[in-house]
Amino acid sequence: MTSKNYQDKAKTAATKKAAFGDDINLEEYLAATEELPYQDDPSQLPAPTREQMRQVGVIVDDASQRSGTIIQMDHSVIHSLARQEGVEVMATGQALARYDWLSDYFWQAVAVDSDKYTAHVELHQANGYFIRALPGAKTVYPIQACLYLARNKLAQNVHNIVIAEENSELHIITGCAASINEPGLHLGVSEFYVKKGAKITFTMIHSWTPDVSVRPRSGIVVEEDGLFLGNYVLMKPVKSLQMYPTARCVGENATVRFNSILVTPPGSAMDIGSRVLLDARGTRTEVISRAITTGGNIVARGYIEGSAPEVKGHLECRGLILQGEGTIHAIPELKGDLAGIDLSHEAAVGKIAEEEVEYLMARGLTRTEATAAIVRGFLRVDIEGLPPELSAELQKAVEASEQDIM
Amino acid sequence: MLEIKGLDVAVEKRQILHDVNLTIREGETHVLFGPNGAGKTTLLMAIMGFPKYVVTRGSVVFNGQDITGLPVDERARLGIGMSFQRPPVVRGVTTRDIMNVCLYGHDGETASQLAEKANLTDFLDRDINYGFSGGELKRSELMQLLAQRPNLALLDEPESGVDLVNIALIGQLINELLDKECPMRERKCMGLIITHSGHILDYVNARTGYVLYDGRIGCEGDPHEMLATIKEKGYQECIRCIAGISYDFEELSRQS
Ligand SMILES: Nc1ncnc2c1ncn2[C@@H]1O[C@H](COP(=O)(O)OP(=O)(O)OP(=O)(O)O)[C@@H](O)[C@H]1O
Ligand SMILES: [Mg+2]
Repeated sequence: MTSKNYQDKAKTAATKKAAFGDDINLEEYLAATEELPYQDDPSQLPAPTREQMRQVGVIVDDASQRSGTIIQMDHSVIHSLARQEGVEVMATGQALARYDWLSDYFWQAVAVDSDKYTAHVELHQANGYFIRALPGAKTVYPIQACLYLARNKLAQNVHNIVIAEENSELHIITGCAASINEPGLHLGVSEFYVKKGAKITFTMIHSWTPDVSVRPRSGIVVEEDGLFLGNYVLMKPVKSLQMYPTARCVGENATVRFNSILVTPPGSAMDIGSRVLLDARGTRTEVISRAITTGGNIVARGYIEGSAPEVKGHLECRGLILQGEGTIHAIPELKGDLAGIDLSHEAAVGKIAEEEVEYLMARGLTRTEATAAIVRGFLRVDIEGLPPELSAELQKAVEASEQDIM
Repeated sequence: MLEIKGLDVAVEKRQILHDVNLTIREGETHVLFGPNGAGKTTLLMAIMGFPKYVVTRGSVVFNGQDITGLPVDERARLGIGMSFQRPPVVRGVTTRDIMNVCLYGHDGETASQLAEKANLTDFLDRDINYGFSGGELKRSELMQLLAQRPNLALLDEPESGVDLVNIALIGQLINELLDKECPMRERKCMGLIITHSGHILDYVNARTGYVLYDGRIGCEGDPHEMLATIKEKGYQECIRCIAGISYDFEELSRQS
């Protein structure tokens, strides 16, 4: 399809409401904003900005532990650098100019007419990151990407393309943050292509501000023997965040794992799920989510569909109501249309068990310490296959938020 | 010293224990018998201070301090420890995490050394009690107490469901906990042990036993003799004993 066709298709969806989440009036937001200057040396960014980036796992002071860096502020990619042979990191616009074939990857994993948000990204000024590992290349350190919202009232449009060519390995950490204390909107389309025998681990940490709404739209296509491992952490206030990334296992023995850690404070509404379609023989998935409310509302979704022989999927959705008026609505769904598929789920929503708190107290912890230990344990998801640096970043993000929770 | 004086305990507004009195002196280990549902666990939970077990009358005095209103963690810090009949699973909290809590402020053996002793080395990095067998639960509870080094150990059926080989290990762990190896005069640690089978009597030095029946204590005496009576004649013998006591009380009150 040509880009004109996508524009036409997007127009048909320009007012199409999303299936889930509050409907956002896009006219209340600016569709475009001024270009920001390129930064050769991101360690020269203002200290508070760098600190915010650090909190979402993006280190700009010393990038020696990163295989590449890309930073988009509002609609401008203000820095991009690949530090490793075989790895490409650049603005999507720049990549489109360089590679004719890249347009073939646009809107393949996410439909352009999914809803008004995908349409908006197609129809307005947008940028985003392009990250690619060449065949057989493996990132030594994670690549870091930062999407930063600095302009009040802006609808930040982002279109990311990530490609792991055959037998390559890409580890990416994406940190999203905002500095505004007025309304803002982040619309992020991300399309991932995991080729035969390749592996992507993608860890995303969000830290928005209380008036920002967020609508990520992600699609993942995994080919034969490929692996996609997606981790998501959102522990800070946000006005409204809805996403339901969809991974399709199209090649035999492809594997997808999703882990989400969500903490919802008062005033925040989150509708977050992961969807996996097991379309080829022997494909597998595990979808795990941990949700805590300290007063906000969470809908935690999960969907696994098996439509090929010998597929296996498990969904685990656990919610903890810590205090206040918050609600957690867990909606795990399984669909199978073949004999011989193996899909299961477990879901549990509740308060911290008093019996467990008292058990720890009998060993000498105070009530607060015992509660904290249980919360920490609840959020401790052992993520198989995650490189140690990413595990450490994830752990840091979780621990940093523990104080807020308690 | 532990002094329990005229203790009434209610659970969910239902009175379970009636006028329980007992005293354990430094270095002594006492044994509690009684049929299912008699209130044995309730007594231990009340001594440990779990909020669900509400003391409606009487008091618990530990080393001279009235601890009746104290929260569980403060009692733990005063040196009271308990091994649970049915400890809960705490997902995401590992055995090692809990051992580190128990070891806090103590020099001496490490978590790994204690785990080796309790034959639980492979369990340190598992979620506490998650998927543990009956016997493993019992050993894990005692291992935690060994780390905690309490002055008063409340052991709720430490040997129930333990096989014949492991019972020796359990016995050894309890011995160490109650420092049986010390001469009687130097022994400081106190114990209160609930048992049905009495197997544990072979391993501990206990001279005092009680039968708890229907929330009341009767038949204070030598635990070995008590066990023999219970085995031979059942708890019925003790009901008569309790009835006798309450009859005496009635007599007394009529006389006064
Ligand atoms: N949390 C509770 N809620 C309601 N009832 C309780 C609770 N705990 C104890 N009880 C009741 O109190 C009574 C005494 O129970 P307890 O557990 O103390 O008995 P026990 O002597 O330890 O018995 P067993 O030998 O079976 O362990 C029982 O009737 C029990 O059902
Ligand atoms: Mg009991």
